[in-house]
Amino acid sequence: MNTVFQQVDISHYIYLSTVLFSIGLFGVLFRRNAIVLLMCIELMLNSVNLLLTALSTYMGDAGGQLFVFFIMVVAAAEAAVGLAILVMVYRNTRNTTVNFLSNLKG
Amino acid sequence: MNLYILLALPLLGFTINGLFGKQLPKFVVGALASSLVFIPFVLALSMWSQVKEAAVVSQPFTFLQVGDLNIEFKLMLDRLSLIMTLIITGIGTLIHLYSMAYMADDAGYYKFFAYLNLFIFNMLILVLGANFMMLFFGWEGVGLCSYLLIGFWYHNSDFGYAARKAFVMNRIGDLGLLLGLFMIIQHFGSLDYQVVFSEIAKVSHPQWVYTSIAVLLFVGAMGKSAQIPLYTWLPDAMAGPTPVSALIHAATMVTAGVYLVVRSEVLYALAPMARDLILYVGLATSLLAAFIGLKQNDIKKVLAYSTVSQLGLMFIALGCGAYSAAMFHLATHAFFKALLFLGSGSVIHGMHHEQDIRKMGGLRKAMPLTYVTFLIGTLAISGFPFLSGFFSKDEILLHTFHHSPWVYGLSVFSAGLTGIYMFRMFFLTFHGTYRNDHYAFEKVHESPILMTLPLMVLAALSLAGGLLNLPHYLTHSHSEALAHWLEPLFVFGDAAVHVEPSTEWTLLGVAVSVFVIAFVWMRQKYVVQGRVAENDDQMSGSAKLLAQKFYVDELYDSLFAKPLQALGTWTYRVLDRKGFVAFTDLMGKVTHWKGQTLARIQSGNIELYLIIMVLAAALMLGIELFA
Repeated sequence: MNTVFQQVDISHYIYLSTVLFSIGLFGVLFRRNAIVLLMCIELMLNSVNLLLTALSTYMGDAGGQLFVFFIMVVAAAEAAVGLAILVMVYRNTRNTTVNFLSNLKG
Repeated sequence: MNLYILLALPLLGFTINGLFGKQLPKFVVGALASSLVFIPFVLALSMWSQVKEAAVVSQPFTFLQVGDLNIEFKLMLDRLSLIMTLIITGIGTLIHLYSMAYMADDAGYYKFFAYLNLFIFNMLILVLGANFMMLFFGWEGVGLCSYLLIGFWYHNSDFGYAARKAFVMNRIGDLGLLLGLFMIIQHFGSLDYQVVFSEIAKVSHPQWVYTSIAVLLFVGAMGKSAQIPLYTWLPDAMAGPTPVSALIHAATMVTAGVYLVVRSEVLYALAPMARDLILYVGLATSLLAAFIGLKQNDIKKVLAYSTVSQLGLMFIALGCGAYSAAMFHLATHAFFKALLFLGSGSVIHGMHHEQDIRKMGGLRKAMPLTYVTFLIGTLAISGFPFLSGFFSKDEILLHTFHHSPWVYGLSVFSAGLTGIYMFRMFFLTFHGTYRNDHYAFEKVHESPILMTLPLMVLAALSLAGGLLNLPHYLTHSHSEALAHWLEPLFVFGDAAVHVEPSTEWTLLGVAVSVFVIAFVWMRQKYVVQGRVAENDDQMSGSAKLLAQKFYVDELYDSLFAKPLQALGTWTYRVLDRKGFVAFTDLMGKVTHWKGQTLARIQSGNIELYLIIMVLAAALMLGIELFA
């Protein structure tokens, strides 16, 4: 039984997730705003999730999707902690730029 | 009785005094140490008749086992080691008693007695051991104790240097001994005296084996018994406390070399070349030391050179094959030289640590007991008729005469020099006028009874020591007791001497006249004319040469010490500073430079880190995919 997902060629999923991952990666590398950074990390994680589910369906192996749940849990925890830190940073410095936080530098 | 008790008692004394001596009262320390030497003396004496029947051998233990070679820890008390044991423990006891007074004010009192007991222990191992390994063990042990006691007053760096000198010189000799032992193992497969000597007696090996073993063992004896070329440590060893000089550096340890040769009589009988070497080395040492002794002004230095000279005389006897004569002189020398050293200690004690005989004089009135006993010692060593030294020296001279006239002539000359330097020292010390401005004559005092008692006992022994081995012209029934006593031990025996009675009386006449000349000449010079030995800066020519000990120390210094020191300085400056240190410095510098360079990457810029991380990940991925 072919679902709509299976009718799309696997290569398209791979291209899509590669593009998403690259966007996230370059965002992390070149943006300064910590909120954007967190969002980009989220984007990278989700591109991987997408690839995992796509390949899981393609291979007929549920193990990939199982991984996705774990990743989502970790990502949620990470986002919660990261945003909490950011809130505290913002309260103290009125700023969310990563370069600004260099007080610990020797 | 178990022979191990003989060893255990001094070792016990060493342990108790070494560990707890500091807490014990001084009298207890001294009395304990003395009695733990005296008891072995009594025990050894009580075994006299037993030893006379046959050698007493202890239960052996395995000491060392390598392949087929099995070396045992085994003691043997035979006629020879009994004589040595009695001398060591007997004179040792007297010197322990003497030290109780002599060292009374010393802070290291307990340590001193611990060392002395350790020395007795090691010396007993040396003479009681039933194989060469035990001998070597004791040999090294007494060397150690000698080192510890020479440097006893180590706060004086000169004394420490003297101790090191003694140790190093002895090590050179010990190497010879050790090589000799290796050769014995190689050729005879054992170190046990009985096995080795019975093997040797079969004469189954080529001549060079016997000669080289004999020479190597003699090299060991050279070091321990202070023979040319290794004698220079003994005069310096006088840095130690005077009882040490008396016990170790006159009576016992330095005679270990003589003991070794007498013990190996079989070997030396088969190695005539080695015996000739011993004869000439002994002769040269005896003469050289006697000459140097003529111009020494330190009371102990005179006695030290006298000891070297007398040891040379013993080796002359050994070189002639007269083993019992050497043992006889060893015994009498132990008596009168211990007496003289202890007497000099008494003088030093009474003069409050003054050792220069030029600053003494007229002490006979202040120290009558020391004077009389010292006189007896001086007469005995210079060969006054019928005292112990007269008999023992004449026996050696008789053997040298039989060997060759010119060896005899030189030996008599050396014996005459003995009389000269001894009477020179004696008259300068006890006669004439008192010459020390810094220490009032009234303050000079006789030593306490604990010091004079050993002097009197030793004086009695010096007077009567000749009874050990009376010559046959005096008595027929009791003559040569020591020679007869030792005879069963020897395989080839003493060199036989047969001379006409007229020749013998002539030799005696020569010996007595040599003594009389020395006595009269020195008395004329120092008592009648009242001359005093010249100061160091007034000396010139031969006198200076003698006073400076023929510059032998300086010669050794420039031949061995200086080149070695130069080599050391060179390796320090070039190899160490410029080589190894530079190399290790370079390692440090390179690491430092690398660190500094790489530290620039860690700028604190997160984006840069991330970029590097990503690029690295991409690189690895690329390698994984395309390589």
